[in-house]
Amino acid sequence: MPPEDVRATLPDQAPPALLLQGLWRRFGQKIAVAGIDLTVPAGSFYGLVGPNGAGKTTTLSMATGLLQPDFGTVLVHGRDLWADPVGVKAVLGVLPDGVRLFDRLTGAQLITYAGLLHGLDRETTAARTADLLAALDLAADAQTLVVDYSAGMTKKVALACALVHAPRLLVLDEPFEAVDPVSAANIRDILASYVASGGTVIVSSHVMDLVQRMCDHVAVIAGGHVLAAGTVDEVRGDASLEDRFVELVGGRVGGEGLAWLRTSSD
Amino acid sequence: MVAHLVRLKLTLLRNGLRRSAWQIVGLAVAALYGLVVLGLVFAGLVGTSVTRPDLLPTVTVLLGSVLVLAWALVPLLAFGVDATVDPARFVLFPIPRRALVTGLAIGALVGVPGVVTTLVALTVAGVWWRDPLAVVAGLVGSVLGVLTCIVASRTTTTLMSTLLAKRRFREILAVLVVLPFILLGPVLSQAHRLDVGAGTLDRVVLVLGWSPLGAAWAVPAAVTDGDPLGALARLAVALVTVLVLAIVWDRGLAHSAVNPPHEQGSSKAHGLGWFGRLPASPLGAVTARCLTYWVRDPRYAMSIVFIPVFPLIMWVVAPDSQVLLLVGPVTAFFLGWSISQDVSFDGTAFWTHVAAPLRGWTDRLGRVLAVTVLGLPAVLVFAVVPTVATGHGGDLPAVLGLSIGVFLTALGVASVASALVVMPVQKVGENPFGSRQGGSTAAVTSQLAGWAATFGLVLPTIGLAVVAVQQGSAVLGGLALLVGVALGVTFLVVGVRIGGRALERRQTALLSRLVSFP
Repeated sequence: MPPEDVRATLPDQAPPALLLQGLWRRFGQKIAVAGIDLTVPAGSFYGLVGPNGAGKTTTLSMATGLLQPDFGTVLVHGRDLWADPVGVKAVLGVLPDGVRLFDRLTGAQLITYAGLLHGLDRETTAARTADLLAALDLAADAQTLVVDYSAGMTKKVALACALVHAPRLLVLDEPFEAVDPVSAANIRDILASYVASGGTVIVSSHVMDLVQRMCDHVAVIAGGHVLAAGTVDEVRGDASLEDRFVELVGGRVGGEGLAWLRTSSD
Repeated sequence: MVAHLVRLKLTLLRNGLRRSAWQIVGLAVAALYGLVVLGLVFAGLVGTSVTRPDLLPTVTVLLGSVLVLAWALVPLLAFGVDATVDPARFVLFPIPRRALVTGLAIGALVGVPGVVTTLVALTVAGVWWRDPLAVVAGLVGSVLGVLTCIVASRTTTTLMSTLLAKRRFREILAVLVVLPFILLGPVLSQAHRLDVGAGTLDRVVLVLGWSPLGAAWAVPAAVTDGDPLGALARLAVALVTVLVLAIVWDRGLAHSAVNPPHEQGSSKAHGLGWFGRLPASPLGAVTARCLTYWVRDPRYAMSIVFIPVFPLIMWVVAPDSQVLLLVGPVTAFFLGWSISQDVSFDGTAFWTHVAAPLRGWTDRLGRVLAVTVLGLPAVLVFAVVPTVATGHGGDLPAVLGLSIGVFLTALGVASVASALVVMPVQKVGENPFGSRQGGSTAAVTSQLAGWAATFGLVLPTIGLAVVAVQQGSAVLGGLALLVGVALGVTFLVVGVRIGGRALERRQTALLSRLVSFP
């Protein structure tokens, strides 16, 4: 749906936490994102779903200042990200997917580094680092080099880095990948209370169930376009989000495809 | 299967070339280099065979032994050497190991080093044209020799990646292995001082000719000497060498297929380190992070280890000469220039800086401060100690001026360079025996441009310092110190500012490049 409609349905006239308008991005011959418009209301828990290669990561990278769009604007709480990157990045918390961390630092050092880069003072950084390590069950590994962390622990410490400066908008690309169920539940609680206190969260995920349970808004992206966007109930209608997603994206193949794969055939 | 693997190698090469123009340039440069080496070897061998056939046994065995040794040891230290077809990637395919081993061995010949080695080996066989039987023996020997080269290099690689599971150990070993190689050249250059008679050389060649390194290459010489038994015996040594190496490689491959390299143990560090000591600001944080990396990241730690190597080389080559005055400036250059690949070394972790509300100059200055804390004392020591120790105390101001000037200028130029160009480098924590392919020519080009720029900017100081030392003029020496420091500070400030602005403009492009690297 066009952005104007969403804005009209908002309870107040405060600018949305994130407004993407006409984002395009091309890599060589491949157009990864082809004109994406998206409105993320302030205080929402927004899910971004789409098949592999749909342009989720590219969109989120452009929305967080990690990737320059070819065309289009990104407004974070009404401020143009690409016109004032340094000013706007201060209110953004980012967890990108598929990139490394400064993993020769210990967990505590890495979170401290993120805090100090965002201009926090020493006491605040130290206190928040300790809180985050405890909340994410990393306190025992605070002095271990991040390079020796497991995949799930690395995700968690990256999440801590995204949270340490108390951003107004949190953009998380695949935050639950490789995270164990207990930690995932803890992270969901942290994010839910953050949203309840007025923060805005955007998560991308492959797991429809999770998005349906956790998020209040959702956008379905495929082939660099937004196929549907709105509240979870609006998008899924009567069906489950998973069924609606498959219906929107298509690409289901009949079960007769790999007849030779039946083990009974020989 | 063998044909498949060779075709795979060719496809990888072609697709690599399609990826970027730099790959083509890189291949062209490598081919040119190989051609020059080949031309020299060819001319030398043919010349020897025409004019001094009596030297042929010595020359061929030495050349062949060096070739085998190089193939066996290069995988240990060259981070960028070709390993595009990593046996670990075939673990999941049901390929018989024998076929895999054969295919990988033949595939290793595809590429500039393989082709050059083969052609050199053929030339080595061809030089026995006076005696057809020796040519035949030479061909057999050369084939065995090339096989030894390839199997030896694969054995080294496989053994190393299997044995060295512990990260820290691997990192230290990588450093230790390189040191003797760096020192090899200078030591050899001094070898003429030792009294090496022709007799010694002959004995060395005799031993080499019976050793696994040189046996294959010594076969034709034995044939021309009319020593068929000796020829057969050397052939046997060569055959056994290839077989033993192949078995070790095969076993190693079998072992690593089911026991992939696995990190053992984990490293701990207490407290916040530099983060707790430096001011709590973005600038302090960047500096603290870089300082931590200078110690903990093997790629940086390697530069620290190498700081004393250059003076050592100079001292070995030219003890108590005026050349030692250059130790300070040259160390200064390498230390200052060492941050030119900083963003490449960060790799995709650089996103942390892009996502933070960080000014470009803060990023630049933090990196400069970190290397200054470590490097400036070293530069001062290496400028003062050799100068005073060789009795050139009067030249100290000029040497100091040049050293400091070069250090600060190189820092300034490197600050701009690393904001403009990123290149694929060994990732932190990656197996040092693994490889990075591509981009090496882009690296070389940008490095050369940076070196030229630094040299050009330092030229006034160089001129003053050289004249001051030549004329023994204290006034000019003082002037060199003044000009060196003043120009150095200026270029550093300008470099950090320009580099900072360039970084703010280009940081997302740099990050995209870094993400796109394999």
